[in-house]
Amino acid sequence: MADTKLDSSPTGVEAGLPAGAEVGASPDASTPPRPVIQIVPLKGLPIVAVFIGFLVASIGFNWRWGLDFNHVAGGGLWTGIDLFVGLIVGPILGRLSIPARAEFSAKFMPKMVLVMPTLVAMTLASGFQLALDLGNLKASSPNHAWLMVSFVVVGVMAVIALGVLEPANIAVLFEMRKPRPNGELIGRLMKRFIYTAGITGLMQIATLVIMTRVASR
Amino acid sequence: MSVKSAQGPAGVGAEQRFAPIAELAGAALVLIVVGGIYMASYAPRRPPLTVPICLAAASGALLAVNVVLLLRTRGLAWDKFFLVGRWTLLSYVIAAALIEFAFVKDHTRGGALVVLTAMLALFAVNVPLIVAFTVARFQAARIDAT
Repeated sequence: MADTKLDSSPTGVEAGLPAGAEVGASPDASTPPRPVIQIVPLKGLPIVAVFIGFLVASIGFNWRWGLDFNHVAGGGLWTGIDLFVGLIVGPILGRLSIPARAEFSAKFMPKMVLVMPTLVAMTLASGFQLALDLGNLKASSPNHAWLMVSFVVVGVMAVIALGVLEPANIAVLFEMRKPRPNGELIGRLMKRFIYTAGITGLMQIATLVIMTRVASR
Repeated sequence: MSVKSAQGPAGVGAEQRFAPIAELAGAALVLIVVGGIYMASYAPRRPPLTVPICLAAASGALLAVNVVLLLRTRGLAWDKFFLVGRWTLLSYVIAAALIEFAFVKDHTRGGALVVLTAMLALFAVNVPLIVAFTVARFQAARIDAT
């Protein structure tokens, strides 16, 4: 996966062929060069390692500020990015031309491959540890039922993210690396994001309600 | 597994149809997530293990069926399957190890730890399977008419 550099030949996706059309291979001098797509941005891995190391240390030493930081900052960014992308960026992207969509996706999606799993790991691992430390998981805790609901909400989001969105994201990136990407296939895979945006949006709003409720008791 | 072909919507290519490997792996993932939620809901007490064991066993059975289906699959882009599979496997093994670390640190022991480890192992295999198969099936999906 590290070997992800692309050639610079223009493609039909970037040239704006309609969805469903097989993308032609003939280069056109007026077409901008293909974007270089790295499926996993290697430069971002050390940053991810720092955050994961911080998370492990926070759990390992039961470092309360570290756990709070990971949970609040990670959760806030996760929810914020999810809602922003689903409700603001997604609809705008849907109205852009195919070349604009392809160029945006080529730069945006590899970053999401690193950012979202890191935020999710930070949020969930530190959240579980905090819930244990604060006694919120005990059956006698008034927050117990709320946390059980949040587990279900997170479970639904995990299945959607891991089982539907991540495979589609990586498959789109692989398709875009081809000399002749299939615009129809990319469009079909990207529809998964639209279909699931409503569900994840609802789940994220439920998370906001649950977490603010838990924090205020 | 035999591979059926269907004419593409633009009439320019044929698309192969594969066994529902990603769907089965998704179902196995759902079982693991349900089992994980069930066990976590008992923390910090020791959870009853009958339900998680049944869920893990069902998930393992689905994985076994998937392996058989994969072995019978023809026309998959195996190079891409293994390329994506090994890197995603590495990342999910790290994620599973992180979760295991948290539970061990929180004094999960005995049968609960064994069941949890089995569920994490299934998690760490199923997600890469879904990702790798999804990529590989679409890498093999087009047969150009030209």
